[in-house]
Amino acid sequence: MKKFKENFSERVFLLLALSALSVLALITVFIFTKGIPLIAKVGVVNFIFGMKWSPSQGSYGIFPMIVGTISVTLGAAIIGIPIAICCSIFLAEFAPATLRNIFRPAIQLLAGIPSVVYGFWGVLFIVPMIRNYLGGPGLSILAGSIILAIMILPTIISITEVTILALPRHYKDGALALGLTHWQTIRHLLLPAAKSGIVAAIILGLGRAVGETMAVIMVVGNAVALPETILDPVRTMTTNIGIEMGYASGEHQQALFATGIVLFIIIMIMNATAQYITRKK
Amino acid sequence: MSIMILTILMSMMSACSQESGSATIVAGSTSVQPYAEVLAEEYMILNSNSEIDIQGGGSSAGITAAQTQSADIGMSSRALKDEEKSLWSIEIARDGLVLIVNPKNPLENLALDQIRNIYTGIITDWSQVGGSTANIHLIAREEGSGTRSAFTELVMGEAEITPKAIVQDSNGSVMQLVAGDPNAIGFISLGLVNDEVKALHLDGIEATAENIMNDSYKLSRPFLFVTKGEPTGLTKSFIDFTLSLEGQELLSKEGLIPSREGKGN
Repeated sequence: MKKFKENFSERVFLLLALSALSVLALITVFIFTKGIPLIAKVGVVNFIFGMKWSPSQGSYGIFPMIVGTISVTLGAAIIGIPIAICCSIFLAEFAPATLRNIFRPAIQLLAGIPSVVYGFWGVLFIVPMIRNYLGGPGLSILAGSIILAIMILPTIISITEVTILALPRHYKDGALALGLTHWQTIRHLLLPAAKSGIVAAIILGLGRAVGETMAVIMVVGNAVALPETILDPVRTMTTNIGIEMGYASGEHQQALFATGIVLFIIIMIMNATAQYITRKK
Repeated sequence: MSIMILTILMSMMSACSQESGSATIVAGSTSVQPYAEVLAEEYMILNSNSEIDIQGGGSSAGITAAQTQSADIGMSSRALKDEEKSLWSIEIARDGLVLIVNPKNPLENLALDQIRNIYTGIITDWSQVGGSTANIHLIAREEGSGTRSAFTELVMGEAEITPKAIVQDSNGSVMQLVAGDPNAIGFISLGLVNDEVKALHLDGIEATAENIMNDSYKLSRPFLFVTKGEPTGLTKSFIDFTLSLEGQELLSKEGLIPSREGKGN
């Protein structure tokens, strides 16, 4: 009887685990079957490098959106990564316990704020600031980058901090015993040792930035033209799907799924890279 | 995707309704939706045992839903295309389309070809149309929206809206942007204009209900109810109510222009 119970519960868990996996498989198959026909019709090169997006006239080129995604993500990386890395070093190495107990939950809270709230705050605060002080319409690469930089902080900070804390204690003890200062120990020993974890954290954070939709729709302006400055509006691949899905039908809808395929592949590559890096060491 | 969900939802709901036998499903244009909701609410107060379900989805989805009969009535905020003409349709009201700018913008009036040149990107500075020297921040709606296709048809003709235009996915967010940006221009439904933005005159003519009814203001579009075949039963009764004096009054109170088909004229 005991044996039976064991077996039975094992089966139940397996079944539930499989259902999660099968959902992934279903979604993947669905996106690809919906999107592939259009890519096949337009041609991979024309779809990815096409400059014109005008579904009502049958033009489906997503190059401006790929540029949009890259520029907004890059901006978020430039603003967000230094802050995140410094913050995690501070938390792991410098912060006294009391401060750490305030910082950690606060950063976790940052991850819990719904993206639409970030977007709303961006529209009412960041966008008018950019418009008034830097010019342009305000809805811009810069606005998107700032919002995304804040949104990727929790991911990068928590993974980096865990990586630093997980380093063997004797690394640090040895370095300090040899007469290195605290900062020298961090700079020359801990950071290099934690490198792979930090890189993985950054890639996962940027993966979140690439995939973020709601907050970005609200602040980047969604214009389908190649941007000339960081104050120009852009459209990212996610916002293309988000903004047009409501009315899309037929080929237009397929084209949005095709955009999803490109996005899917990019995120898969990023996540696979992050996993590869963390496993390698 | 949304159309699929809509279709599934609607087929589920129509399955339920067939049992109770007294619900009419109205789906389609999000521009028409808020007005249809007002009508349905009033209709259900007057006829307490009948049920009208209003759903969004967009004009194209609404017309498809009427064709496949997953909805009893499709709402459209654009004229029917040739291949859709086999459906039965009736204009329930007209809606004006207005160009809006920030109240701080000194401009009061634009000619149709000026608007077209602004939206094709030929005119990029307010001083070129008699305003102060500043870049024009163009705001348009997304591909597929009824408001955008009405604007394209009525203003742009063969020309295209420049890809540099900012794209927003609702009348509300267009209005919010224009209200906050002194150099912005956008287009929305006449019924939704409020004090935070300024409606521009077109060729010297103000966008008012009278000017749209007597055809002197050119930017207007029909709001249609579409059904597969002559409407009957509850569907017919709801459409009749919409066109009745009372229904038309409700619509004009909400800012729409009464239909020529209605009993109000």
